[in-house]
Amino acid sequence: MLTGVASAALIGLPFVVFKSNRIVPGDPRTLQEVLPHWGALGVQLMLLLAAAVALGVAEAKSRLAAALAALIVLALAVAAAANALTPAGDKVVRVAAGGAFWVLLVCLGLMATDAVTRMRPGPLARVLLLAASIAIIGAALAHGTFDNLSVMREYAVNAARFPRELRRHVWLAGGSLLAAVIVGLPLGILSHRVPRLQPPVLGTLNVIQTVPAIALFGILMAPLGVLATRVPAAAELGISGIGAAPAVVALFLYSLLPIVANTVIGLKRVSQAAVEAARGMGMTGRQVLARIELPLALPVILTGIRVVLVQNIGMVTVAALIGGGGLGTFVFQGIGQTAIDLVLLGAIPIVGLAFSAAVLLDALVEVLDRQRASAARTMA
Amino acid sequence: MILIESLTKQYGATTVVDQVSLEVERNSIAVIVGTSGSGKSTLLRMINRLVEPTSGRVLLDGADTRTEPAHLLRRRIGYAIQGHGLFPHRTVAENIATVPRLLGWPEARIHERVKELLEIFQLDPAVYAGALPHQLSGGQQQRVGVARALAAEPAVLLMDEPFGALDPIIRAKAQADLLDIQRRFGTTMVLVTHDMDEAFHLGHRVAVMSEGRLLQYDRPAALLTHPADPFVARMTGLNDRAMKLLALTTAGEAALPGSSEGPQVGASASLREVLSELVWRGAASAVVLGEDGTPCGYLTVAAILARGRP
Repeated sequence: MLTGVASAALIGLPFVVFKSNRIVPGDPRTLQEVLPHWGALGVQLMLLLAAAVALGVAEAKSRLAAALAALIVLALAVAAAANALTPAGDKVVRVAAGGAFWVLLVCLGLMATDAVTRMRPGPLARVLLLAASIAIIGAALAHGTFDNLSVMREYAVNAARFPRELRRHVWLAGGSLLAAVIVGLPLGILSHRVPRLQPPVLGTLNVIQTVPAIALFGILMAPLGVLATRVPAAAELGISGIGAAPAVVALFLYSLLPIVANTVIGLKRVSQAAVEAARGMGMTGRQVLARIELPLALPVILTGIRVVLVQNIGMVTVAALIGGGGLGTFVFQGIGQTAIDLVLLGAIPIVGLAFSAAVLLDALVEVLDRQRASAARTMA
Repeated sequence: MILIESLTKQYGATTVVDQVSLEVERNSIAVIVGTSGSGKSTLLRMINRLVEPTSGRVLLDGADTRTEPAHLLRRRIGYAIQGHGLFPHRTVAENIATVPRLLGWPEARIHERVKELLEIFQLDPAVYAGALPHQLSGGQQQRVGVARALAAEPAVLLMDEPFGALDPIIRAKAQADLLDIQRRFGTTMVLVTHDMDEAFHLGHRVAVMSEGRLLQYDRPAALLTHPADPFVARMTGLNDRAMKLLALTTAGEAALPGSSEGPQVGASASLREVLSELVWRGAASAVVLGEDGTPCGYLTVAAILARGRP
C-alpha cells in the first residue's frame, strides 16, 4: 500500500517547488527537471530498491537499512535540487520541498519506524538511536547541506530568534509540567488517601480539560491582568494578562488531570496486602508511601507525565497567540504572511521535540519495569 | 505473654468486637476461630494496633501496648497475612530483611539472618535470595511471608489466615513447618482461621468467636467434650466430634503397657489414624513403636473407642 502511494506521488506530484520569492505561489518541478540525468536515475533506482525491499524482504534489519539509505538519498537529492535551482548568491529565490518529497519522506519514515518496532530494541538502544538521528540531522544542518532549501532560508533570516524561541518553548512546556508534578503528585496522593476528595478533584480537573486552550487563555487574561495591576510584586515577577503567565497557568491546569488521575490509579493498583503487611511490620505512613506505594505506582505515574509532556509541547504552540513566545511564534507569523516555509520552521521542530520526549519517557518507563525483570534473571 | 482485657471495637453503632478478654501463655499457640464477620481479624489487629481499640487494653509481658508508638510496637511483633503480602518490587532477601532494616541492624547481621531463615524454610539462598516474589510458587511465597514475619526474632507472631490461599497438601506441610518453628524458637503465636480442623491441629488453646463475642476459650479437647454454647458445638462439628477427639491424642500418649499382636503404628500417629488402620486391616489391636523403633506398648480398638467420648 505504502509503496503504491509512494510511487504514485513520485509520478504525479512535483519533487520541489520553485518560487521567485517567499510568498508567491510556486512553480512545480519534477525530479528529472532539477537533477542531472544520472542523479535523477540514481535517486529513482534507490527508491525502487527500497520499494522492492519493502515488498519482498521480511527481515527487519534489511528493511531498516533500505529505508535509511533511501531517506539519506532523498534528503541529499532535495538539497542538490535546491542548490541547482538557486542562482549563486541569490537570497530571494525560494526552493521548497514538493509534494512528492513529503509523501516519500512519510512513507520511508513509516517503513523505518516499523522496522525499528519489529526489531524490539531495548530502551537504551532506542534512546541511542534517537540521539544518533538527532546528531546526524544536526551535523547535516550545521554543515550547510540544506542551506539553499526554503525552510533553511527562513532559518537564516530568523537565526537570532530561533534558539531563543526554542528554549522558551521547552521552558514553557517543561516548567508547566514541573509545576503540575509538584502540585499534582501530592494532590493525587491526598485523593487516594481521602476517597471523598476524588469526585470533586477529578471532576473539576475534567471540566478544565474540556475548555479549549484559546478560551482558557482568554479566561485567564482578565484575572492575571487585574493581579498584575493591583499587586506590583506580581507584575515584577513578570505576571501579566498576556504573555507567558496565562500560557503557563493554562498548561499547568491542563497537566493536572493526567498527573492526578494517574497517581490515583497507580496507587489504587498497589496490592492492598503489601500495604497492609508494610504497616503491620511497623513502617510509618511515610515509609509505606515512599518505599512501597510510590515505587509500585511509578510506572503509571510516569505514563501520565509522558502524556502531559507530549501534550504540552504541542499546546505551547498556541501560547504564541497571546504573546507567550515559543516556536508557535514562527507558525503564526508564517500563517499571517502566507509564508508556508516559516510555518514549517516552527512546526518541524515542535514535532521533533514531541517525538523525542515520547521516546525518552517511554524508555524510562520501560527501564523501571525492567529493573524488576532483571532482578528476576539473576536467579538462575 | 499476651493479656487481652475487655477489648472492644465499635464502628459507629456497630460493635465488631465486644468485651473480649483472653490470655495467651508464653511459648504457646492460640487460635482464634469464627465465621466471617465474627470479629476475629479485628481482634488480632488490635493486638498490634493496626486497629485501635474503642475500649479495653492489651498487655504484652505486662506492659500496656499503648505506651509506645504503634509503629515501634509493630516492629517487635511478627505479622503474616493471607496472600502473604510480599512486596512485589523487592527480592525475597529484601522482603525478609524489612523489619531488621527498620530496626537498623548492621548489614552483616541482616545477611546472616536472611540466610538462616531461608535455610530453615527449605529455600536455597543461592537460588531464592535474589528472586522476586512472583517467581515463587504459592507455597514458597507463603513460607517467605512467614520468614519475613520472623526476621527480627519477635517474641510474638500474629497470623491472619496465613494458609488460607494454599491447597490442602501444601497447607498440611505449612502447618507442620509452623509447629516445628514454634517448638524451635518458642514463639508465642496468635493465629486467626475459619477452619476448625486447622484450629484443632495447631492450637494449644482455641478461642471461638461469634458476632464479636468470645464464646469459649479452651483446650481443643475441652471444646469438644464441654462446649459452652450450642454455637460452639455446631462450630466444632456434632457429627464427627468423636473422630475429632481421637485426632487430638497420639498413640504414644494412649498406649497401654505390654505387648500385643497386630499391625505396627508410630507413637506420633493420632488415635484417629490408628483406628482407621485397624478398621482397614480388620485387626483388633496394634503395636505402638517408640521414636527408636522398638515397641513401647499396644492399643486395642476398645481402648481407642474409650478415648473418643467425654
